Amino acid sequence: MGRKLDPSKKEKRGPGRKARKQRGAEVELARFLPPEAESGRKKLSSHARRRAAKRRLGAAGRTAPGGGRRPAAKEQGDSQEGSPIKAVGQDPQRQSGFKDDNAKWLTPAKGKKSLSKRTSVELSSNGEVEEDSWEMEEEEQEDGSSEELMDDYGASSSDEEELLPIEKAALKQKADDRDLSEDDSEEDEVAEETSRQKTGQKEKEDAELQLNLEIDEEFKLPTDEQIEKETAEPPDLHVIHQRIKSNMEVLQDFGVKREEGRTRQEYLALLRRDMAAYYSYSDFLLKMLMDIFPLPELINFLEANEVPRPVTIRTNTLKTRRRDLAQALINRGVNLDPLGKWSKTGLVIYDSSVPIGATPEYLAGHYMLQGASSLLPVMALAPQENERILDMCCAPGGKTSYIAQLMKNTGMILANDSNAERLRSVVGNLHRLGVTNAVVSNCDGRQFPKVLGGFDRVLLDAPCSGTGVISKDPAIKTNKDEKDILRCAHLQKELLLSAIDSVNATSETGGYVVYCTCSITVEENEWVVDYALKKRNVRLVATGLDFGKEGFTRFKDRRFHPSLKSTRRFYPHTHNMDGFFIAKLKKFSNAIPKTQKDEEPAVEAAKPSTGPETVMEPQAKKKKLESSKIAQEQKKPQPALKKRHSLQEQRRPLKAVRPSPHKSYAQVPNRKKHKVKQNGQ
Amino acid sequence: MGTHRSEQCRALTASEDGSDVTFSCSIGENIQLLVDRPDGTYCFRLHRDRVYYVSEKLLKGAASIPRDSLVALGTCFGKFTKTQKFRLSVTALDFLAPYAKYKVWVKPGSEQSFLYGNHVLKSGLGRITENTAQYQGVVVYSMADIPLGFGVAAKSTQDCRKVDPMAIVVFHQADVGEYVRSEDTLT
Repeated sequence: MGRKLDPSKKEKRGPGRKARKQRGAEVELARFLPPEAESGRKKLSSHARRRAAKRRLGAAGRTAPGGGRRPAAKEQGDSQEGSPIKAVGQDPQRQSGFKDDNAKWLTPAKGKKSLSKRTSVELSSNGEVEEDSWEMEEEEQEDGSSEELMDDYGASSSDEEELLPIEKAALKQKADDRDLSEDDSEEDEVAEETSRQKTGQKEKEDAELQLNLEIDEEFKLPTDEQIEKETAEPPDLHVIHQRIKSNMEVLQDFGVKREEGRTRQEYLALLRRDMAAYYSYSDFLLKMLMDIFPLPELINFLEANEVPRPVTIRTNTLKTRRRDLAQALINRGVNLDPLGKWSKTGLVIYDSSVPIGATPEYLAGHYMLQGASSLLPVMALAPQENERILDMCCAPGGKTSYIAQLMKNTGMILANDSNAERLRSVVGNLHRLGVTNAVVSNCDGRQFPKVLGGFDRVLLDAPCSGTGVISKDPAIKTNKDEKDILRCAHLQKELLLSAIDSVNATSETGGYVVYCTCSITVEENEWVVDYALKKRNVRLVATGLDFGKEGFTRFKDRRFHPSLKSTRRFYPHTHNMDGFFIAKLKKFSNAIPKTQKDEEPAVEAAKPSTGPETVMEPQAKKKKLESSKIAQEQKKPQPALKKRHSLQEQRRPLKAVRPSPHKSYAQVPNRKKHKVKQNGQ
Repeated sequence: MGTHRSEQCRALTASEDGSDVTFSCSIGENIQLLVDRPDGTYCFRLHRDRVYYVSEKLLKGAASIPRDSLVALGTCFGKFTKTQKFRLSVTALDFLAPYAKYKVWVKPGSEQSFLYGNHVLKSGLGRITENTAQYQGVVVYSMADIPLGFGVAAKSTQDCRKVDPMAIVVFHQADVGEYVRSEDTLT
């Protein structure tokens, strides 16, 4: 920190070293400048000096007419580098020419006209020579007017006379621009563009930068030759960017701005190609994104993916408080802020002079580096003390440790991950943050609940394609295709079913499953949840997060259950956090609904599901089910019956209206909740 | 391959309890305090050569997980080396620090050096508990009372006063910097 100006500090007096400090330019210069008392006059300001010089030269010009102008000019002006005061009251003769050695080639400034062409005499008088200016000056000596404004260096105060050639060119450019912009406004107002206007403009265009041109010009789809040319050359990103913008404008107002004979598809195809080239996406991914986002939002999304999200940390409330941590980090030189109203433990780091991942506070386990969107699923899960929680895909352990801190190290958390390498970081983080109620295991998530079941809550942060975190890993732009997405979706469906089976619906405080992914594709999010709704006795409940976009209830040709509106989507461009999807499910029965084709007896809640994949007879999953709305499966006239069978947990099983020949209810005497299966019509 | 015995997650046998003497050196008889806690009984369990400190409740909950899949349990206190010596790990710090009888405080300038795994020199020594014997297990703190790790006193308190500034006064055993430096070896 520098020393601050302290007006209350006393000035040092005396003969010591500190007393000899400088007291200001005027005072110091007085030691070097010649005394003013010579002429007994006041020191003149620069304006006054100029006027005095003008008076001098005016007098000299009058006394030395015509041919004698040049020599007179040369002798004009006294030693102009010297004291300004001498100019006043000097002889007119003395003002012509310079007194020192440069008098041979230095001439002081002349009249207005000559100065306008000359670059600068003042520069010359400082020692620089402008060859051009001298020639011009000599040409125009005769034009010198009697009236001249000059300061002591021979420069004129008039603006025009001081212009350098480049300044003159700029002025000319400005005048041209003004003319052109008048034309441009005409262009914008007139929607239809005829070749007449274009040719009229083209003349001006030639003088302009290509840049300005493209904004104003009508957007034309490139011809085939142009396309061929472009594919042959390396892509000019600037041109592509302009074309994207123009294309978007046309598409926004298609009826008006379109080219005759060209379909919307062609514009869209061009836009897709351009965006894929400019932002480096694969065509498949871009098609998918265009389905999810409307066009202006798509651009924002793509732009947001180019930029990293801000670094955020989560305070470990097991060891410290947020304000203490913030204070300690600020003392180390970190610039931070609380994350937002919705989080009591988050902090966002703007910049830092120390590495955030290596401060002593980090090593002591006071905070965890974690994305802001990763706080949301745990907030939705809302774990209570003394519960049993399963975190199915826990690596690297951020969400697990947040769960533990919300539970205050009570109860039990089973932190599972199928990847043994990544489990190391889980163990490290849990130990560092002081989590004592965690058991770490290395199982495939689909093995639950065989390994262990009956949890109060389950968090499933499923492995996904990662389309929401493109800003962290740009390789996703190109290496994901349809197969990858469908493979992920399949795995997620299996995991979600296992998660649901591992929850104990009769738990007093729980019975919840939170499913979340860091992806924004509908195949991995809404489709998976909808699948689970059909396959298990669960229903969607509100996540408890009041911000975020609602999930889709329909997408292209698919229709999802209306309760999907309670799921939440987060995007990088709207919320400035990684793309995320969160759904909270409540299990209301431990029974696993059977489909029509399944001949095996219904199984206990704790046993793994053996049901087939066909969705022939989805049972009433939700109390507010309007099955007719789901066009695909619910064709059978069973909704009325199903509503009666809606699963209140303590209800006794109802007798089947239509007896099913191959079902034996006696086989499952030990089940508390019994779901009657409707078979056959 | 190790014997079958070492793969079981089991209570420590008497011999192993004896070798835990290293950290009982640090905290003395307070080890009983670790076992009988107000919020339930805790115990030590051995799993794959590592000693874990878990509550009984947690233990019951984790009983059905297959041994091959179990990675960690509660808090890892340390591990047995191949020659069956017990080596205390930094992950036990939070539990042992409050019970430590002998403490050493390190000056802010030498904090970083200790966190990199170096020994503590006399020039970095801030404070030391009275009557620390030589080769006594100690807990190392920063001047802000944040526990940094474990060590062994190289000199008794009396000798510490006499030695020159470049002499080692505390041997480094474990420090919190290992969470970043050697994350992989914690499991």
